[in-house]
Amino acid sequence: MIHARGLARTYKTRRGDVDAVRGVDLDVEAGEIVGFLGPNGAGKTTTLRMLTTLLRPTRGEATVAGADLRRDPGAVRRRIGYVAQSGSTSGEARAGEEVVDHALLYGVERSVATSRGRTLFEQLELDGLWDRKCSSLSGGQRRRLDIVTGLIHTPRLVFLDEPTTGLDPQARANLWTHVRGLRDERGSTVFLTTHYLDEADALCDRILVIDHGQIVAQGSPEELKQRVSGDAVLLSAAQQSDVARIAAIAAQLPGADVPTVDGHLVEVRVPAGRTLLAGLLRSLDAEGIELAGVELRRPTLDDVFLTLTGRSLRDGESPARSSEGAAA
Amino acid sequence: MTATTATPPTFTDEQSGRSTFVRDALTVFRRAMRISLRNPVWAVMGLLQPVLYLSLFGPLLEPLAPQLGATNAYQLFVPGLLVQLGMFGALFVGFGLIGEWRDGVIEAERVSPAPRSALVVGRVLRDVIVVAVQGVVLVSVAFLFGLEAPFWGIVLGIVTAALLAAAFASASYAVALTLKSEDALAPLMNGVALPLLLLSGILLPITAASAPAWLNTLSNLNPIKHVVSGIRAQFDGDIGSATALWGSALTIVLAAVGLWFGSRTFKREDG
Repeated sequence: MIHARGLARTYKTRRGDVDAVRGVDLDVEAGEIVGFLGPNGAGKTTTLRMLTTLLRPTRGEATVAGADLRRDPGAVRRRIGYVAQSGSTSGEARAGEEVVDHALLYGVERSVATSRGRTLFEQLELDGLWDRKCSSLSGGQRRRLDIVTGLIHTPRLVFLDEPTTGLDPQARANLWTHVRGLRDERGSTVFLTTHYLDEADALCDRILVIDHGQIVAQGSPEELKQRVSGDAVLLSAAQQSDVARIAAIAAQLPGADVPTVDGHLVEVRVPAGRTLLAGLLRSLDAEGIELAGVELRRPTLDDVFLTLTGRSLRDGESPARSSEGAAA
Repeated sequence: MTATTATPPTFTDEQSGRSTFVRDALTVFRRAMRISLRNPVWAVMGLLQPVLYLSLFGPLLEPLAPQLGATNAYQLFVPGLLVQLGMFGALFVGFGLIGEWRDGVIEAERVSPAPRSALVVGRVLRDVIVVAVQGVVLVSVAFLFGLEAPFWGIVLGIVTAALLAAAFASASYAVALTLKSEDALAPLMNGVALPLLLLSGILLPITAASAPAWLNTLSNLNPIKHVVSGIRAQFDGDIGSATALWGSALTIVLAAVGLWFGSRTFKREDG
């Protein structure tokens, strides 16, 4: 559905060229929900704007929804839906009319657009709001209206730019259901950017991580977590004197790193800790070591992100890169 | 993957047809007009200014008319007010566009297959029609004050003012989309509009006889002055005169340049 090779964008600024995106290779297959993650200024929005024809790539090639991005942006536009972060409807206009007018720009018949719009309003729990002024809608409703607008021409590929930013937890969870519905019920492919790791974790089949204008990792949330961090096994000794022996046994686990000791707590990182835990407990038992507690901590995407990019996603941009953040 | 269990997708993009300039411009126009009609405050306020000039300043011109070479003061004054309407009615339309840009409307339209020029032309068409209707109201009020002018001259005068509005509205959209800030747009528009207006002889005609040579020369460089003179000639019934044709031709050129500038800005990608 998306195949990009070496996609790059350089901004010319007064202080010289800024490489917002330095050559992105990515593939998205039909029917996937793919999350595009990265801190502010990593090149997320720039990449998205290139893939949606809003920005011409400086270098590189891409096929989006079967059309060549450079040679036939018109065909790309007809086949994709784009739900921008900034919204898509005027506060002064009425909800239903905005949706129908948008559809007309795609050559959809007015009657078709109206009935399709009404159905989408129902599906996205906006029924009864057709004649409401957009500015009178709540944040969550306005966001769902944006999604209706982005779907009104039945695109096969939908881009969602930070769809849940600024929504309360309930509205977010609700929107997730609808995003899954896009794929499960409509068969659309979804490409979304997000700041929230839990969102990517809950929603996406596959995640692409971008940093400094390049894809630094990709895979399913599970794969990413396993590959990068492994699980943390925390063993707390009942007696302080056992700590050294516990650490020695833990160090022998396959793939384990050097255990760290903090008081009577021993921590060791192992790939797939789940499968090793039972054996570990047996060998400790065989040595006559008594434990006060055992904890297995699965890595979060936050851990993954920190390992990959050296920064936490929430912190977003570091001061040194703020100018690039503004450009991207 | 669950995608395989999805119902067969019915993607209709291929049947959606090709975008056409006229169809999309009309869609954009209808949408803009609908929004304007729901909140007509702006159109009414825009009309208030020339009507105030007409009623509070017009009577002062009546005794001066013979000196200025006119038999009817309003025949001289109303063309100036039409031009003022065309300029000021259109110059500030960019404000609305900045609001739409902030709401994401422009981006959403740009990601659609609609030709970028249609996005400008549709909006400008709304502004042109608003100014034309305002012009009709203004001329009607002027008749109450004693305007005398031939019908076709008035029609051409209003059309010229509306075309001038097209030029200024396009320019306003282009500048608005470049600046993206109301705070920057307002002083810039005022800074451009006021000298253009003063140098166009809207209130009092600027001629070799009435003005110092430097002022007359300066005003001759202002295309708006020739537009005003053209409409005055039309109101005098000299529809075919060189002054009238020159004014109309200049207006058409201004409108074309404005629309080109506006479309170019909508095509630019960093918006």
